[in-house]
Amino acid sequence: MTGFAKPLKIALGLVVIAGLIVIPTNFNRYGLFILSQWAVMTIAAMGLNLTLGYAGQVSLAQGAFVGIGAYAAAIMTTHGWPLPAAIVVAIALSFAVGWVLGYPALRVQHHYLAFVTLAFSTLAFLVFRNESWLTGGIYGISNIPRPHIFGLATNKPLPFYYVCLGSLAIVSLAVWWLIRSPWGRAFMALRENPLRAQSLGIDTRRYTLMAFAIGSALGGVAGALYAPLTQYIDPVPFNLSLSLDLLMMVIVGGAGFFLGPFLGAMIAVLLPEWLRFTEGYYLMLYAVAVMLLLIWSPTGILGILDRYLAERRTKTASALRAVAKSRLETVQ
Amino acid sequence: MGDPILSVHNLVGGYGKMTILNGTTFAVPQATITTIIGPNGAGKSTVFKTIFGLLKLREGKISFAGRDVTNLSQRALLNAGICYVPQGRNIFPELSVRHNIELGGVSAGKGLDLPKRIEAALDLFPALRRKSTQQASTLSGGEQKQLEIARSLLLEPKLVLIDEPSIGLSPLMVQQTFDILKSLRDRGVTILMIEQNARSALEISDIGIVLELGQTRMIDGAKRILKDPRIGQLFLGGAMEDNAA
Repeated sequence: MTGFAKPLKIALGLVVIAGLIVIPTNFNRYGLFILSQWAVMTIAAMGLNLTLGYAGQVSLAQGAFVGIGAYAAAIMTTHGWPLPAAIVVAIALSFAVGWVLGYPALRVQHHYLAFVTLAFSTLAFLVFRNESWLTGGIYGISNIPRPHIFGLATNKPLPFYYVCLGSLAIVSLAVWWLIRSPWGRAFMALRENPLRAQSLGIDTRRYTLMAFAIGSALGGVAGALYAPLTQYIDPVPFNLSLSLDLLMMVIVGGAGFFLGPFLGAMIAVLLPEWLRFTEGYYLMLYAVAVMLLLIWSPTGILGILDRYLAERRTKTASALRAVAKSRLETVQ
Repeated sequence: MGDPILSVHNLVGGYGKMTILNGTTFAVPQATITTIIGPNGAGKSTVFKTIFGLLKLREGKISFAGRDVTNLSQRALLNAGICYVPQGRNIFPELSVRHNIELGGVSAGKGLDLPKRIEAALDLFPALRRKSTQQASTLSGGEQKQLEIARSLLLEPKLVLIDEPSIGLSPLMVQQTFDILKSLRDRGVTILMIEQNARSALEISDIGIVLELGQTRMIDGAKRILKDPRIGQLFLGGAMEDNAA
């Protein structure tokens, strides 16, 4: 079964990737916008999943980092800089600010840390709104250009969707590598028990800061894609509710699971759209669906699958033990 | 008995304003099992934390293999050859057995052949090899302790600080764990152990150290300590006197 499961997983993955490339060619402008938004929010949620799901550091500031990335990209690209350069600046800026934000985590944890990051989120929002010489204040920044990639314009929705999808693929590969590297294991050790981690020589201070910095940098990447996607930004989308939405994506998808953010972002971005046929009730239904899901499975959608697989493993192990025991009795 | 591999001299330290260690001094000979015993609050675990740099010393000096290692980082101490197995369950339950062992090499430099070391560690613990892909939470208590020891051996330490290895284990598992420690000693690894189960621990030890109120009260051969009626009365529940009678 194990030998069969891996090719099956690969085949399933390839089908999903092919579907994400081919099916949207038939989508209208709005459908492509929503799907692009899903890709962008998945990147931001992957960052938060590293910080929260893998390293166990609570953050209510991921939305602020999306904002930092978005403003960096908007300011630079409207001044003639290419988007790739803006993405590099967004990564560097978010990484540096995320590193600094990690310092409180060295002293406080859990809900205290949540409040520290919440305060940072509010501070970032106030900077976006009040520093109008840089950010355009409440009027925001408009006419944000979309890039030319290898000489090809991405002004239209479909090409830009592929930019978002390609970026998601690159980020996914990087995160996949990271969580399987000793760094990823060190993050998990930090989450499980800092003293144990320290006894193994893991510099918990450095890894806590790195968890914040890398997670925040991915928020910056998402923001740098969000700005050309909407082509207009103002402070409102980057307020606390975006941080809470991203937190929900991570929790609902399954914190600490690689695929959690993909599913969580799907629920948060796509489900409300699918429920629109219910007209005035769609947000209520969405809220009830999320509540029921978390009551049923507090570890998110992938937690359900994990639980099922664990039960199956236990049953298989019990069956093997029973067979071994009966053989032993036969021999005796 | 070999030369001392670890010497602690006049350690003074504690938590916040509370002083736990009041001039602790002892030396641990190479390739021996040395057990620290003492009543609760004597400072046994605090000594380990200060040796392993988890608690900053206010005064005193720690030397390891002729080198001053006072207040070094855990990474530096691991690379110098000291490893620490804290009290209680110290596995990462969600990770597989192999990944748990791998974590023992996190602090190692790039020159380390990690896969080879993991194989060598698994060679010592056949039960762990059989379950290397299983989640660590599925192991029994004794196997989990073996996993901790296997992980600590990844960097081929010269000195293992092991705090209460028998806690929560059945008598058979305690015996197995002590057998592993003896085999490590026979391979030249020095073991410094803290153990509440003082009688069993001293039976497999070469040296015994008695701590009381953060001070070293006695250092002697483990067998002599076992036979000392004062120690029996103080730390071994009075059983020594009964035996003597």
